[in-house]
Amino acid sequence: MVNAEIQGRVYPPTAPYLVGREKVREFARAVLSASPIHLDPAAARDAGYSDVVAPPTFVVVVQESTLAQLLADEDAGVDFSRVVHGDQRFSYSRPIVAGDELTATLTIAAVKQLGGHSMVTASSDIVDAAGAHVVTAISTLVVRGEEAA
Amino acid sequence: MSAFESLETGAVVAERELTLTRDRLVRYAGASGDFNPIHYRDDVAADVGLPGVLAHGMLTMGVAGSVATDWLAETFGGAASVRDFQSRFTRPVPVGAEVGAVLAVTATVGAIDAEARTARIDLKVVFDGATVLGKAQLVAAFA
Repeated sequence: MVNAEIQGRVYPPTAPYLVGREKVREFARAVLSASPIHLDPAAARDAGYSDVVAPPTFVVVVQESTLAQLLADEDAGVDFSRVVHGDQRFSYSRPIVAGDELTATLTIAAVKQLGGHSMVTASSDIVDAAGAHVVTAISTLVVRGEEAA
Repeated sequence: MSAFESLETGAVVAERELTLTRDRLVRYAGASGDFNPIHYRDDVAADVGLPGVLAHGMLTMGVAGSVATDWLAETFGGAASVRDFQSRFTRPVPVGAEVGAVLAVTATVGAIDAEARTARIDLKVVFDGATVLGKAQLVAAFA
């Protein structure tokens, strides 16, 4: 059972993540995107971006370190082997491009108990080197209860 | 390049059939940093009671997103950008070692907000005759 008292908890900002051009390309290929704006810096510049643009779900690469904070928090009681991804949402202020240096801050927006399971809503606010908002990634994690498993 | 004004609610704008293979899952694990072994080890998947090695939910969401964003980039260039993208993971996608998993993705214009100059693209992903994502919606903003 997840500790309901973690609701509202805010974790320290993660170490800055530098978005690399080759990482963006690798991710774009992995999600089967063929769009030149993800792969070719010249095409990205033609479209008005400073470098290759990350696919919208690329944020998971940055968000991953915040979820690691949650899993490492013994007080939270989240057992990774029982975690199922319930839903995901990304809300952007602007696209991520190669060269961005991103920092994520995790807030536990909600913890609900439902039929033996726990539902944890984890919200990661991601800002650039200037501190301006880039994207918020919200995950609902379903932690299956012992009996219901 | 087309204009925002050319969009019509209900229009199917992109369709794609694609096959996820174990090789694809391993590549996505490396690209995303999600190394949960249920996405590449049959023994671990069986131990935790799963029907087999599963595709990452975020891989399914990611490839569906690519169908929409490839269309947006090709049709509108830099004039369109993603404002919001969400999905529920409603059904697992087992990826057989030999057969993989065939997904059919359809992108439809779900709603248009002329004042805000945004369009909602609804993504339907069908595997084995059933949809696997719920409320998979991408909102694009237009210059």
